[in-house]
Amino acid sequence: MDNTRRKFLKLAGLTAAAGVAAPVLGSKALASSAPAAHGEPAAHGGGHHEEAPTGVRHGLVIDTGKFHDNPGLAEKCQKVCHDYHNVPKFNNGKDEIKWIWTEKFANVFPEHSHYKKDDRISSMNILALCNHCDSPPCVRACPTKATFKNKEGAVMMDFHRCIGCRFCMAACPYGARSFNWRSPRGSEDGKPFIEKYNPLFPSRMRGVVEKCSLCAWRTKQGKEPLCVEEANKGVEGAMVFGDLNDPNSDVSMTLRKRFTIQRKPSLGTKPSIFYII
Amino acid sequence: MYDKSNVLIGLAIFLVLALSVVGYNMTAGDNQPPKPEKPKGYTACVKKTDYMQSSHMVLLNEWRDEVIREGKREMVETADGSLKVEKSLQNGCMKCHTSKVKFCDTCHEYASVKPYCWDCHLAPVEPAAGKEAI
Repeated sequence: MDNTRRKFLKLAGLTAAAGVAAPVLGSKALASSAPAAHGEPAAHGGGHHEEAPTGVRHGLVIDTGKFHDNPGLAEKCQKVCHDYHNVPKFNNGKDEIKWIWTEKFANVFPEHSHYKKDDRISSMNILALCNHCDSPPCVRACPTKATFKNKEGAVMMDFHRCIGCRFCMAACPYGARSFNWRSPRGSEDGKPFIEKYNPLFPSRMRGVVEKCSLCAWRTKQGKEPLCVEEANKGVEGAMVFGDLNDPNSDVSMTLRKRFTIQRKPSLGTKPSIFYII
Repeated sequence: MYDKSNVLIGLAIFLVLALSVVGYNMTAGDNQPPKPEKPKGYTACVKKTDYMQSSHMVLLNEWRDEVIREGKREMVETADGSLKVEKSLQNGCMKCHTSKVKFCDTCHEYASVKPYCWDCHLAPVEPAAGKEAI
């Protein structure tokens, strides 16, 4: 009897000692591997600097002045894009699908909107499209990874995977995403929503979000996006497309020479579309 | 066993009824496996025929992921190297297989599968029917 009590006390003591010692020893073991783990972020300087550009990042410069001086050019760009990509026209503002569109200055740049704007600015129709942000909030919001950033920096949609939850639309601060409330294949009063189908591109189905893809299929072939090609057919240099990470590309040169603004830069989405006003 | 004769008669009726369906399918009706119309003037597809028969949907999914997600949009060669094909249902497959009705639908209807490809992708216009098969 006595013997077992002694054993029990010994064991209890040992257990208590081990319990006290374990965190101390454990933290020592962690500390030895800690420098390796913490070394990397320190090298980035706390994230206050812009990250060193890596790879390709496609971007656009839009010269709004050239569009203002050539009325109808923006609409032509929109038509080319929407015709090619089988974008339906629902004839209803609430259901509208748009990949590229025009908007008043105050709506495109609400943070630049101020009292007593000059006539030119207030009468401008500014071309707006997906900003192909470097840190896109829509991609973070998407629960199925249907929207993602490709290697060229374009924010892409995989329509196959879209479940139509519209989180991305809520996340996008630029209104660049549209939801198919109705079937694009349908018609109203005998008028089909897609008047002429382009056999080279699919349409979408009801319940899918769509948006500009920066013509990823074209840029891969070394061509410029459709809107850029169309704009430059009208006026040379109305839109400049290229790799923002290449210091010698046309976009980078233009950005160095001209003063440009981005849409809502304070949100930290790092848009890849720049505007010369 | 009670009511032996009644039970046996009932069993026999059940068996006849149950097997009549199988018997009908074996004797009457068109129960030939479908023969999809192959495109004329082409010698080979991108993979061997038995792979395409069993796993074309897998290949299409692989193509979709490669093209959209990885940006690998390069062309694929046919199995005998005679032709280069775009990795695309609409702009690749249907360039040779110009009729969805005569190719895709023959097997899909026989097997009663309803793929949703054509909810979005545009099928080539069927020449004979005269209406757009979309």
